Amino acid sequence: MNVFEYANPTTTKEAAGLLAAQWGEAEILAGGTDLLSLMKNYVATPKRVVSLRGIKELSGITSSASGLRIGAMVTLQELHDHKAVHDDYHSLAHAAGSVPSPQIRNLGTVGGDLCQRPRCWYFRNGFGLLAKDEKGQPLVPAGDNRYHAIFGHPGGSPGAYYVHPSSLAPALITFGARVKVAGPKGEREIPLASFFATPKREGERENVLMPNEIVTEIILAAASKGMLTATYEVRQKEALDWPLATASVALRMSGDKVKSARIVLGHVAPVPWPAHEAEKLLAGQTITEDSAAKAGEAAVRGAKALSGNKYKVQLARVAVKRALLEAAAHGKEGMQHG
Amino acid sequence: MASEKWPEAGKRSLIGKRVTRLDGAVKSTGRAKYTYDVNRKGMLHGKLVFSPHAHAKIVSIDTSAAEKMPGVKAVQLMIEPGKEVLWQGQEILALAAETEEQARDAARAVKIRFEKLPHFVADAPPEKAGQHQTALAEQVTGNPDQGFKEAEVTSEGTYGCPVITHCCLEAHGQVAEWEGDTLRVWASTQNVSGISGELVDGLKAGGVEVPASNVQILTPVMGGGFGSKFGADTWGVACAQLAKKAGRPVKMMLERDHELMAAGARPSIYARVRVGAKKDGTLTAWSSESWGTGGIGPAGNPNLPYVFTRIPNRRSRHTRVETNTGPARAWRAPNHPQMCLITMSALEDLAAQLPMDPLDFFLKNLPFVIPERAETYRQELVKGAELMEWKKKWHSRGDKTPGPIKRGLGLSIHTWGGGGHSSNCNCTIRPDGSVEVFLGSQDLGTGTRTVIAMVAAETLGLPVSAVKVNIGDSKFPPSGASGGSTTVGGVSASTRRATTRALNELLAKVAPALGVTPDKLEAACGTIRVAGDPTKAIAWHQACAKLGTAAITASGQRAPRGPDELISSGVGGIQMAEVAVDVETGVVKIEKLVAVQDCGLVINPKTAESQIYGAMIMGVGYALYEEKLMDETTGRCLNPDMEFYKLAGIGDVGNMVVHFMTGPGYDERGVIGLGEPPVISPGAAISNAVANAIGARVPTIPLTPDKVLAALEKVPRSALNDSSLRSEQEGGAA
Repeated sequence: MNVFEYANPTTTKEAAGLLAAQWGEAEILAGGTDLLSLMKNYVATPKRVVSLRGIKELSGITSSASGLRIGAMVTLQELHDHKAVHDDYHSLAHAAGSVPSPQIRNLGTVGGDLCQRPRCWYFRNGFGLLAKDEKGQPLVPAGDNRYHAIFGHPGGSPGAYYVHPSSLAPALITFGARVKVAGPKGEREIPLASFFATPKREGERENVLMPNEIVTEIILAAASKGMLTATYEVRQKEALDWPLATASVALRMSGDKVKSARIVLGHVAPVPWPAHEAEKLLAGQTITEDSAAKAGEAAVRGAKALSGNKYKVQLARVAVKRALLEAAAHGKEGMQHG
Repeated sequence: MASEKWPEAGKRSLIGKRVTRLDGAVKSTGRAKYTYDVNRKGMLHGKLVFSPHAHAKIVSIDTSAAEKMPGVKAVQLMIEPGKEVLWQGQEILALAAETEEQARDAARAVKIRFEKLPHFVADAPPEKAGQHQTALAEQVTGNPDQGFKEAEVTSEGTYGCPVITHCCLEAHGQVAEWEGDTLRVWASTQNVSGISGELVDGLKAGGVEVPASNVQILTPVMGGGFGSKFGADTWGVACAQLAKKAGRPVKMMLERDHELMAAGARPSIYARVRVGAKKDGTLTAWSSESWGTGGIGPAGNPNLPYVFTRIPNRRSRHTRVETNTGPARAWRAPNHPQMCLITMSALEDLAAQLPMDPLDFFLKNLPFVIPERAETYRQELVKGAELMEWKKKWHSRGDKTPGPIKRGLGLSIHTWGGGGHSSNCNCTIRPDGSVEVFLGSQDLGTGTRTVIAMVAAETLGLPVSAVKVNIGDSKFPPSGASGGSTTVGGVSASTRRATTRALNELLAKVAPALGVTPDKLEAACGTIRVAGDPTKAIAWHQACAKLGTAAITASGQRAPRGPDELISSGVGGIQMAEVAVDVETGVVKIEKLVAVQDCGLVINPKTAESQIYGAMIMGVGYALYEEKLMDETTGRCLNPDMEFYKLAGIGDVGNMVVHFMTGPGYDERGVIGLGEPPVISPGAAISNAVANAIGARVPTIPLTPDKVLAALEKVPRSALNDSSLRSEQEGGAA
C-alpha cells in the first residue's frame, strides 16, 4: 500500500471537492471491503483516500408513500434487515443477505456494492481492467476465463471481459431504481440501468461517474402491490464465495398472469445484463416450469461463451428459471396467507 | 518396577479417554503466541522481493533507492545478477525496515532488470510438454497382455488431480534474533530439532560462522505445515542474515500470494488407465500411463495401482513434466491422494460397467491387497457400510429420482505407514511432586502436546493437569520432524520410557516407607501404592517429598532404529461419501462422509477424531475447490489469494462420521500415526459418489460446476429420469 492522504469530510459537497479530476488520484472509502485489498495489492494507488464515514446525509433508509430512499452508506446488513425492504422488495433483501460473510455485510455499503471493482484475476494481478499483455493482446480470451463474461464482451478483440461484481444491481434495476450522484457541479439523477458502462480504453471505469462524483443515494419507486420478485444465485460454495451467475426478476401480475416482467442477470457481463427477450416472452403467461424454462432459454440467446465458460450459459439459464419459479412460489404463499 | 509396556485395556486410566486438548482454550481465545505473534524489542520487519516472471535472467539489481527509503536497515541479496529465476515467486532479495509498511514500500523500490526467457507453466500431458518431460522406467509385473485377454470386462478412463497448495493458515516465516554470537529463531516449522543445521550452513555460505549449539529454534505453537515446513528455507537464512546485519531482531513472514506461489505445492498426477476383470468381478489386469508436474524440479512418483498392488498382471509408466512454477513439497501423504483417486476411480468405473455394487467389488478383490491389511479392510468396509447405510441407499449409476438433485454414494480405500520417528524425552520429577517432560518436538495443531501429557500422566498415575509438557524448543532432547505421521509414535514411545524410568527411580526411594520392594509398587490415582492393596499407599506429593532436595531426571528414547515394541507402522482405512449433485448447475454438495480408520492403540480418541475431521475437510477442499491456476501467456499464478484459491467452509463439509478400529487385534500393535491416512481417500470417495449420482465420471478433480456439467452432456436423459434437464443443456451456446 502506498502512502496516502486520508480525508474525512462531513458533507457530500466537501467530499466531492476532495476528489480529483482524473481517475486514480483519489479513491472513495466507504466500507473498505474492496478498496483495502486493491490498495494492498497496489492495483489502486491513490494519493488521497476520501472517507464517506463522517457524512451523515449518506446514511439511513427512508420509507415514504413515494417509495424508498437508500443512503449510499447504508450497509448490506442494514438493507437486508430493513422492514420495508424485506416486505416490499424481497429480491433486494435476498441479494443483500446473500453477500458472503457477515463481516462484508456489516461493513460493505450499498454505494460500495455498486461501485466496487471487478474481481477479474487479470485485473487483480495488475494487468489492467482490460487485461492486456505487453503487446496489447487481450489475456482473457486466450487465458483462464472460467469466471468471465458470456455477454457484452468483444469476442476475442481487446476490450472488457470481466463480469460486473455487484450483488444488488440486478435486483435494483428490476425495480427501476434511480441513482443520485453528487459532484462539483451539483447533483444529478440517473436510472441505475444506465449507470453502468463498458470501458473501451484502459483508464476508463465501469460506470458513468465522473472521477469527482459520488453516489449519494438510491431511489426506489413505491413497490406496486402484488409484484412478485426473487433473486437466484448460483454459487459453488456456501461460505465466502462469489456467485457464478445470478438472476433477479420482478413480475407485475394480473391474476396469475404476468402483466410485465423485468429480468436482469448478474455476473455474466461487464454490466448487469437485462434479459429483454425473456421479459417479452413472459408477458401474458402464467409462470410454470415450462414457461420459466423457456424464459431461461430466451435469456441466454445470444450468449457468447469464451473458451472456458460455456457452463455459465447453463448457469444463467437456470438462474432465470429458478428465480421465476421462486417468485411465483411467493405469489402462491401470498394468496394462501391473504 | 513399573513396566514400560502399554497398560492392558482394563488398566488404562487415561489412554483411550477423550481428553480435551490442552492448548484449545489459549488458541481459540487468541492468547497462544504463534510465530506471527512474536514481537521482540527493537524488532524490524522483513520483506522478500521475488521474481514476477516464470523464467528470466536477472540482468541487474539496484537497491540504492530502496536503501535510502525511510526505515530501511538491512538488505540481503539471495541470488546474484546474471543468474536465472525459474518460477514466479523465486526469492531474489530480502530487506528489513522499521515497519512492515516501510519494508513493503522499500521492496517495491528495488530496481531489477530482467531479460525475460521462454517459460512453460502448463499442467500438460506429455504430448504437449515438449522437452519439459522425463519418462520414468516402465514397471511390468506378470503378463498384462494375457491379463487383458482373460478379462471379460475392461474399463478405460482418464483420471487426475491438478497442482494444489498447502494453504497453511499460518504462512511460512520466522523471527530471528542475535544475542552476541547466539541466534534465536522463532519459526513456524514442523522440524524444531532439525532446521538449525540448514541455518548454520546457509549463514556459513554467506560468511557468518555460528556453531549449531549456538542456534535455538522455538516453536511453541504453529499454524499448520502439512509437509511444507521441514526446512529453514531461503527466507529463514535471509532473515537471520538481515538480523545480523541490522543488529536487531527481524520478523519475516511470507505474504499470502508468495506463500501460494513458492512455499509448496502438491504435484498434479493424471493417468490413462485400463483395467480388466472377470464377470464375477475378479481383477485380472491393470495398465496405466500417468504424468504430472510438481513445478520446477522432479516431483511426483506414483506407484499404480494403489492398495490393490497385487492385481496379477500390471503395467505402469509415469512421465514427469517440469514447469516454471514453484517447487513441490511433501503434501500430507505425498502421492497417495493422487494414486488413490486414480486407482479407486478406475476400479469404480469397472464395477459400474460389470455392473456390480462397488462395495461387493472391493470386498471381492481384497485378495489383491497386501495380506496383512486384507482383514482390516474387510472389517472396515463392513463397518463403514453400516454407518453409511450403504446397502439401503446405494443405487446403480445415475440417480433416477425426479428433480435436479441427484444423490450418490462412493467409497475408497487407503493405506499409510506412520511408524514413529526418532525421539528423546527427559522427565523430571521434583521433590514438591511437580512433573515436567521435555521433548524437542512440536505440535502442528494435531494434539501432540496433549498426547504427551496423557502418556506421562498415565505412567505416573496422575491427572493430565499434573504434567507440564515442554516442547517446541531445539534445546530440548531432539525429536524427529513431524512428517510421515511419525510424531505420535516417536513421542509417545520416548515419553513412556522416560516417565517409566523416572517413576522407577521414585519407587526405589519410596519402597522402604511402604515396607515392600519397589517391584511391588505401582503409581495410580495420585498415589504410590502396593499393587493389589490400595490400602498401602502414600500420596504422590508425600512420595516425592522423600526425594529430599534432589529431583529425578530420567530419559527415554524411541528405539533408535528398527522396530519398537511400543509402536508400529502400517494402517488401512476406508471412507465413504454421500453427495447431492444439482444436475442443472453442476454444483456438488457433500451430504455425509464416513471414515473408518485403524491406527493401532489410540491414545486420545478426541484429538484423533479431530485429526480425521480436519483431514476430511481438507479432502473436501481438494475434491471440490482447490487448484493452483497458472496463466500460460504471462506465466503467473492467477489465484494466489484466498478469494479464488478456494477452501471448504463449515457449510460445505457435510455431516462427518468417524469410527476407529480399536480393541483386540488393533490395540496390541501399539501407537501408529494418523495425520496423513485420512486425507488420502476423500477425493476418490467423493468423485466416485458424484459418478454414482449423475451416471458419468467427472475425470478430474476438483469437481467444479463446469466439469460436472461437461460430464453430464454425455449422459442420456433417460439415465437420470429427467426430461427438463437435457433440452436445456442441448440448447447451450457455442
